[in-house]
Parts: sequence; structure tokens; C-alpha cells
Amino acid sequence: MAPYGSDDSTMTEEADDRYTGRRKAARYVVPVAVVGVAAATIGLVPAIADSGDPDLPEITAQQLIDRIAESDVQELSGTVKISTDLGLPDLGGLESSLGSGAMGESGDGSSADPSAKLMELASGTHTLRVAADGPDRQKLSLLENAAEYSLIHNGKDVWGYDSQSNEVFHGTAEEQKDEQRDVPATPKDMTEEALKAVDDTTSVTVDGTAQVAGRDAYRLLIKPKQSGTTVGAITVAVDAKTGMPLKFTLTPASGGAAVIDAGFTQVSFAKPAASTFDFSPPKGAKVTEEGEMTAPEEHTERAAPKSEDELAKDFEGLKVIGEGWNSVATFDTGGEGIPSGSEVGGDFGGFLDSLGDKVTGKFGSGTVFQTRLVNALVTEDGKLYVGAVTKDALVKAADSGK
Amino acid sequence: MSQAEAMQAEVTRTVSPLWTFGLLRSELVTTFRRWRTLALLAVLAGVPILVGIAVRIETSDGSSVGGPPGAGPAFIAQITNNGLFLVFTALAATLPFFLPMAIGVIAGDAIAGEANAGTLRYLLVAPAGRSRLLLTKYATVMAFCLVATLVVAVSALTVGALLFPLGDLTTISGTRISFAEGLGRALLIALIVAASLVGVAALGVFVSTLTNSGIAAMATTVGLLITVQILDQIPQLHAIHPYFFSHYWLSFADLMREPVYWDDLLKNLGLQAVYAGVFGSAAWARFTAKDVTA
Repeated sequence: MAPYGSDDSTMTEEADDRYTGRRKAARYVVPVAVVGVAAATIGLVPAIADSGDPDLPEITAQQLIDRIAESDVQELSGTVKISTDLGLPDLGGLESSLGSGAMGESGDGSSADPSAKLMELASGTHTLRVAADGPDRQKLSLLENAAEYSLIHNGKDVWGYDSQSNEVFHGTAEEQKDEQRDVPATPKDMTEEALKAVDDTTSVTVDGTAQVAGRDAYRLLIKPKQSGTTVGAITVAVDAKTGMPLKFTLTPASGGAAVIDAGFTQVSFAKPAASTFDFSPPKGAKVTEEGEMTAPEEHTERAAPKSEDELAKDFEGLKVIGEGWNSVATFDTGGEGIPSGSEVGGDFGGFLDSLGDKVTGKFGSGTVFQTRLVNALVTEDGKLYVGAVTKDALVKAADSGK
Repeated sequence: MSQAEAMQAEVTRTVSPLWTFGLLRSELVTTFRRWRTLALLAVLAGVPILVGIAVRIETSDGSSVGGPPGAGPAFIAQITNNGLFLVFTALAATLPFFLPMAIGVIAGDAIAGEANAGTLRYLLVAPAGRSRLLLTKYATVMAFCLVATLVVAVSALTVGALLFPLGDLTTISGTRISFAEGLGRALLIALIVAASLVGVAALGVFVSTLTNSGIAAMATTVGLLITVQILDQIPQLHAIHPYFFSHYWLSFADLMREPVYWDDLLKNLGLQAVYAGVFGSAAWARFTAKDVTA
């Protein structure tokens, strides 16, 4: 027996042993109980906090859309969580390593370039912080591990600050405007995009209420009436008081997890502190002015972004086939098209084939590249068809376009 | 044997509520007087010196810290702006391995080391009770967590002040804060880092009650630490990652955002509390029911 551990019990040795034996085992109940309480807390607290859907007065879909349009939220700050699952392989790491390799050599690029940075939102889950104070002052921050990328618009200046590499990008507001609109990042931007598509091919209904970021909201359900599109449904949670979209969810027709799920996890409509929008480049940071960004584009190692740029230039020859949700954009890339795997041969050919499916039709033959939302058909004569439609609809569009 | 002597001296006194503090004080003195502890602290203090000198040499020609973006510990690119960032870089560099390893050595040694040296039964002769002895041991380990973190932070601050400019600093959100507020945040970060080690300290003390070999307890604790760190890197296991004690460690960087992003910080503190509760009580269950033969 240990020096300490005897108690005042007057029981016999034997009974004492059995008693202490049981008492020893009983002590392990404590850690088990702690695990149990912790597990119960983790499991139950969100369930209790979720007080169910709020009771709100009935409203028609048209009224709700009007309310979104009228919504004039000038001041807000909040946290947005965006999950994107296009069904693409995760190229995030690969892309950045390619990019940094190229930049390391040329030394001219800036990791603070907003257009490059915001494209990261295209896959995975990201946390953003947004703050706005009128049309002249906005801030968007992309939270990363122990780092942050901030895009600050204050008056005529637009600053991009990448804390990880300590690089600063500076531009002016006029030139930036279009660029920023390219990448819808908040639920409001996305809703505006979605509502643009609303016409007679779409059914819009109010689908009950929900609670988002602690606020009561209506759920607006946007559903394509046509078949052939890959879009299943779009749900928008609209704040009942301000008419501000708080959560945007796009589910694919094929079912499964949402392709895009963007929503506020925390939002406040109070005026953000003025210091939020103040930015001056920290000492020692590398500042890149807008217009100096062209150098890395010419670098051959950035083949993929370059070809995208070229495609973008060809957008002038863009035609749209079909209407509503089934519209397919088409344009002639002017190139040879993508060679099929057998033509290229070797490992690379196999890789190309594995990326897309071969299809044939009246238009000839081509390769379909599929994601969970957007599909693209590249024909062998160099035409590109892109749309949020199924593979069959894409082939049909290509046939009709011939 | 110094603690045994100290114990015997203490025994002669009457038992008072302050007695626990006497025990704690003697534990602290014994722990911090060991050459092993001092060597660990010296290694920890050396990390910021190495990082600071390396960054200073690399940027002496005016260039920025090289390497691809994202390489190296967090905040390393900002050190040249402001020496205070060396505190954050040093903590980010030591937190994944050096700090918890040092904690593992001290915690693993807490009970098993005494048993190994044959001094545990002398400690138990003192009318303190096993629970109180265990609590004292755990408090000593936690004090070491705090001291180790502060050693890294103070060493980093000194090196940062000597080698780099100080002044207003830019948070990672791009806003500016004054140097005084920056110092306040550095202190808060050091406290958060120390609190992040509470879980691994409890685990170490629990392992220490399982064996009579100090070396075995230290090796097991450090081994568990490495295993968890490796498992935390395997993407296929993402479902269980949030339950690893090390998963939210680097969330201390969120204190450098403006406004501070509390979500992960609070998750980290909660997780450490759960680990401390589970393994602390398991250590208590084991230690109070254990036959002490050495």
C-alpha cells in the first residue's frame, strides 16, 4: 500500500481491498463523464441555438424581389463563408506553385494582384470579411492561415494587400470597377447575377423563412422551368428588415452538395470604424502599381492563364444559342481546337483524354469537359460551346449552331 | 534529493491552506533549477535569435525575404517592417514543435521522473494528499508553459528591437495600430500560445502517471505529439482534425487581424480545456489509485 491512501475505514483488509478496488475503477468515471459532457455540448448547443424558422408575415415573390431591388444597405460589416464545389480537381496548390515559380523568375508579378487572388475563391471553402461605408469605401478581406488578403477601396484608391508576401497592389477606382465586378463574392452580388436571369423560363417562389447569421430572413427559391440545364435550384435568404441577401445557395440538378454556398455567418448594419478603410503601405512592402502587371502574362510558364486571356479577347465573336437557363455561349477560338489524345500520343494524350469525354454529332466530333455546373464542348475545328447545361444539351446546341 | 529535503522541512510545519503554495513553490524551484529545464529554455531562446539573424542577413541588401510566398513561418515577411513581428514569427516557428516538445519533457517527467528516482514515496509522506500533489505538479508544468512562451517572446522582442526598426505596425488586415497596442497584442498572443499548450501538458502528466520510467513518459508524450502533428496534415482525415489538440494552434495569428477573428481562437481554448479536463481527471483517477512502490 502506498504511504498515503489509507482512510479511516475500519473494515477488514479483504473488504477494504474489494472496496478500494471498486473505488479505484469508479474514479475513471470522471474522465469519461468529461468526454461525455464535452460531446453533448458540441452536439446540443447548435441544436438549441437553432430556434427554428422565424414567423414572418406572408410575402409574394414579386414583393420580395422588389425589396431586394430597393434594398439600400450602405453600411455593413460581416463575415461571409463561401464554399464552392464545382467538382474540379483541387488545383489550388498546383496553380499557386506554378504562378510563384513564374513570378520568382520574372520578379515582376505581385501576389497582391486582386484579379489573381480572387480567383482562388473558385474552389474550396473560404472565409471573407466584408465592410462597406457608402459607395466610396469598401473592404473585402480573404482570411488565410495566419495571413490575410485585403482589397480596400477608399475614395479613388484601390489597395490590395497580401500580408503573407508583404506585397501591395495599388490602382485607382475607375479602372478597377469592372474588374471587381467580375468576381461576385458576396451573397448580394450573386443574387443580382441570378435575378438577371429571371424571365419566363424561371419559377420564383417564396419558400418559407430561415435564420441566417442571427437574423430573420425569407427564402427565395429560383428554379429553372426548362430541362437540360445543370442548375437545380437557387435559394436566396433575404433579410426581412433590410432586403439584403444574406445567403446564396446553388444546388446542381444532379443533386448532391451545393455547388456554391455563400452566406453571412455574422453581419452587422452599423457603420464600420473609419480606420477600417485607412491603408498606407507598410514600410518595406513591395508596391506594385496597376499597369505593371503585364510582364508575367508574357511568361511562357503561365500558359494556362495566358490562354484564358486570349480567349477573353475573342469574346467579341461571342454568340449565344438558346434562351434562359439553356443558353450556350459559343465562339470560334480561331485555333485548331484541342487535339485528341491519340493525336498527341504518349502520356500527355492519355491525360487529355482523361479530362474530357469524346462526343460526336452532326457538328463533327469534339471533347466535352464536365464540371458539376458548367460544361464545355471543344470541337475539333476549334469552336467552343460553354453553358450551364447537360452534355446532351451542349451537343444539341452545337448541332443547331452548325 | 532536494525536493525530498524540502518536503521534510515542510512536514514539520502545521498544515495550513497555504501549505499547497509551499509545495508549489518548492516544486517550481526544483523544476526551474534543473539543468535540463535551463537547457530547454536556452534552446527556445535561441530560435528567435537564429530567425532574426537569418532574416537580417538575407535582407541586408534591401531585398525582401526570399523564397516563394507562403514559405517559412507566418509573419516572416513583415519582420523587416517591424521588429515586433519577430515575436509572432518566433512563436509560430516554435509552437508546432519546440514548445510542445519542451512541455512534453517537463510533463512526462512530472510523476514518472520522481518514481524513477525513487523520490515519489517521500513526496507522498508529506500530508498533502495525492490529488494535491498531482495538482501541484500540473500547475508547475503549466507555469513552465507560460515561462517557456515568455522566454521565446522576450528573446524575440529583444532581437527584433536590436536588428529591426520598431514603431507603428500594420496588422495583417492592412490597418495600422500603435506600437503600444502592438505590444499588448504580443502579450495576449504569448498568453494564448501558453494556453494552447495546456492540452499537451495534461496529456503529458497523464502519461507520466502510467509509468515509472521518466524517459518512457517523455518519449511517449513527444511521440504522441509528432503522431498528431502528422495526422493533422493528412487531408483524408479532415473529419477528425478538429479534435486534435494541435489543430487550432496557429489560430493565435487571428489576433493580428482587425477586427480580431475570434472563432478559431475560442475553439482552440475550448479544445484545450476539454483536453485538460479529460486527461487531467484521467491522471487523477490513475494516480490516486496507483500503488506507489518507488
